Amino acid sequence: MRKRTLGFVAVGAAASLFLSACGAATESGDNEGGFDLGSTEVVNPSEEQGGTLRYAMAADFDSTDPGDTYYAFSWNFSRYFARTLLDFSPEPGEAGNELVTDLAVDLPEPNDDFTEWTIEIQDGLTYEDGTEIVAEHIKYAIARSNFGGGTLSHGPDFFAQFLDQDDIDVYENGADPLEGFDSIETPDDHTLLFHLEDSFSEFPYILTQLQTAPVPPEADRGELYSENVLSSGPYKFDGSYEPGVGLNLERNEEWDPETDPIRPALPDRIEVELGVSKDEVDERLTNGELDVDLESNGVGTSMYGRLVDDESVQDNLDNPIAGSLRYVNIHAPIIDDLACRQAIMYAADRESMHRAWGGDMGGDIATSLLLPDLAGADTDLDLYPSEDGTGDLEAAEAKLEDCGEEDGFSTTIAVRDTSERDIDTAEALQESLARVGIEVDIEQYPAAQFFGQYAGSQDFVRDNEIGLSVSGWGADWPTGYGFASAITHGENIQETGNYNTAELDDPEINELWDQSLTTEDPDERADLYGQIEKLVMENAAILPAVFDRSLFYRPDDLTNVYFHPAFMGYDFMALGVDRDQ
Amino acid sequence: MLTYILRRLGAGLLLLAVVTMVTFWIFYVLPRWAGVTPQGMAAMYVGRAPTPEALAATVDRLGLDQPVAVQFVEFVRGLLFGQEFTFGRETVECAAPCLGYSFITNSPVLPQILDRLPVTMSLAAGAAVIWVIGGVTVGVVSAVKKGSVFDRIAMSTALVGVSMPIYFTGLLALAFLVHQWGLFPVSRYVPLTEDPVSWFQVMLLPWITLAFLHAAQYARQTRAGMLETLNEDYIRTARAKGLSERKVIFKHALRPTLTPIVTILGLDIGLVMGGAILTEKVFSLNGVGAYAIDAIISNDLPVVIGVTLLGAVFVVLCNLVVDLLYPIVDPRVRINA
Repeated sequence: MRKRTLGFVAVGAAASLFLSACGAATESGDNEGGFDLGSTEVVNPSEEQGGTLRYAMAADFDSTDPGDTYYAFSWNFSRYFARTLLDFSPEPGEAGNELVTDLAVDLPEPNDDFTEWTIEIQDGLTYEDGTEIVAEHIKYAIARSNFGGGTLSHGPDFFAQFLDQDDIDVYENGADPLEGFDSIETPDDHTLLFHLEDSFSEFPYILTQLQTAPVPPEADRGELYSENVLSSGPYKFDGSYEPGVGLNLERNEEWDPETDPIRPALPDRIEVELGVSKDEVDERLTNGELDVDLESNGVGTSMYGRLVDDESVQDNLDNPIAGSLRYVNIHAPIIDDLACRQAIMYAADRESMHRAWGGDMGGDIATSLLLPDLAGADTDLDLYPSEDGTGDLEAAEAKLEDCGEEDGFSTTIAVRDTSERDIDTAEALQESLARVGIEVDIEQYPAAQFFGQYAGSQDFVRDNEIGLSVSGWGADWPTGYGFASAITHGENIQETGNYNTAELDDPEINELWDQSLTTEDPDERADLYGQIEKLVMENAAILPAVFDRSLFYRPDDLTNVYFHPAFMGYDFMALGVDRDQ
Repeated sequence: MLTYILRRLGAGLLLLAVVTMVTFWIFYVLPRWAGVTPQGMAAMYVGRAPTPEALAATVDRLGLDQPVAVQFVEFVRGLLFGQEFTFGRETVECAAPCLGYSFITNSPVLPQILDRLPVTMSLAAGAAVIWVIGGVTVGVVSAVKKGSVFDRIAMSTALVGVSMPIYFTGLLALAFLVHQWGLFPVSRYVPLTEDPVSWFQVMLLPWITLAFLHAAQYARQTRAGMLETLNEDYIRTARAKGLSERKVIFKHALRPTLTPIVTILGLDIGLVMGGAILTEKVFSLNGVGAYAIDAIISNDLPVVIGVTLLGAVFVVLCNLVVDLLYPIVDPRVRINA
């Protein structure tokens, strides 16, 4: 789920992840609020059904088709009408990163080398029209979103990457759309057997993907399926989805709560209003005229300023870690001497970069790679320490001497033009590096093509000698591999669209990543991720700045509210409203 | 008269053709000149981390690698004769005048525009009524009572009105009149046909805000026109022959003043019908203007061209209506049949 990542990294703001620690959901009690309570506990717990839950946002879905979406909020929301094989545990804090079953009976079983996985789905599951959900529909759903000749292009392509499958096109296949799609077998109506190309110990995480939500071939209308999705969840479309305008959901009477461990389905109705400006969304939210900002990236700048200073609303605020690391890539092909890169690591004033990113409410200073909630993460790791975090200039100068650049050098930092915080971060770094004679030019590039044509294009980086770039990354799934392999494994270096932008290609790191794929024990994998984290920092490929935080407003009459780490927003499935309408 | 109308319609069609070509040129040709490859364009319409295969498929699906001339001919053909589109295994017919399907949402452009048109028409019509009545009345009173306290206050207010952008007045109005004091309901559009009362309540604030901007211009224009006319010899004659002041002002002075007012009214309504982008955005009204700006931001070319064409159609039509209204307002420009 790069969706987590890219969805909001691209937007530039912070979605959200919990901080960590604390833990289990509070089942009862008077959790009626408190600053940041929703990051660790269920606020306003309730089993009360009824009412209309109102969502709004400025943007639009990338698609309402579960097979064609990548945004975190869209994934979170689509679960109202799309049930997947597995899901994340409906709990706040780290517990929310645990896998649980949704359509499946149990977690999948691997073979010895993790190249085959078998999973069974429950008996008696139905769609909104009463027809039965069978294993082949899940197989078809995966095929259409990964092997549809690019017809559905918005979603991730993990199945295409991992399945042992020749390229086919279900939309060009004629009478039998699944002809030639033999990497998933369905020996009976309730069993799926996945054949992977290589060992992959974390494959169960991929089965949480919305692309595993069943679609019967006869219901599939290609790109037009998003107008009206056939529901397998507790709600169904009431009328068509109107792009840019809205979407309404009503109860799906065919859904059986007994089969669903994830969704209490409290509201009777769900309404989404699209195209409402961010300021207006924030105003409505704080005035009780709206329940949830669907986009889940925290309040906008103007409301942010009003809320932080207002004592009376502190109990309604959550300030969770938003699920991404903000960092600067140090491009190995341009700054090829390790000591020169390390000089940058030493000279960086993390304190000022932290201020540039909004200070304490904007995030926590990061000196390590892995997000704090991931197993194996060591947030105390700081290989380039300095007093007060303002940079160790002597050590930086010594490193510059090592790489034969006593007087410093010049380079360029690439930054997305729409992200003020990225630009501020670049300026903070520019100032701190100037103290040891490293002159940095800041170049802004269009955010939409930043990785496609600029910082993520090898040719562009070399032609323009871009030594640094400001970036952000969230986890595709909540493990070290799901977070960092895409940005640090040498295999992931691409000509364009390159997210391993530092072009880190270290044999030892690559070897450890590969080893993790065949390691069964999660604790052992966590240990490998810890080793990788340290090696990446030693390589000085990534200069971490902050683990960012977002500021969420939690209205009083919203019930069962908590921040879900895997979806980087409030757990939409849990929410209810405490009012009659 | 008929020939005149036909001639004007012919000229209008020609104008639309030119607008289409220029828009096409701006959005399809300019990017190529700027070095954007078909793959680069396709990257705007696929997911966040597209594979080269997905890009190639998108280029192919949207026909981005074809010469611009071919794409233009295809577009015009769809407009005149309709076109077929394939989604997955489904083939959908897009009847003429076909403006194509959105690159982003895969929804048909023309029905999307028509769905949003009532919102924009509601906004334009209500606001125009307010700004014309308000602006002209204030202008007339100011002219008649030139130099009075009313005149000074009205003209200063008008200056403020002209100078304040919608995203300032609109946001202020929302923050105080809606959210702070609750004088107006939260802006969620309700169709006139569904609930006329709610429609009126929701639209009132956007009307006033948009009208405030335009009324100022009309007030100043009316005042200036009236002052000029009131100095004419025939007004003195009218007064001399003992006509009542009311008759002098409304029958003799106001009428010639209205000619330029009708002209700018035609243009203004045409423009607002093509989308009052800021007003729609500020008040979260999903009209044509909001549709247009979202399309421009996301580079949704078929939608951009669709709304541009529609905007041009409205400007052409409104101008025609204005020209037809001239003879009624001002007998001097009547065409001899």
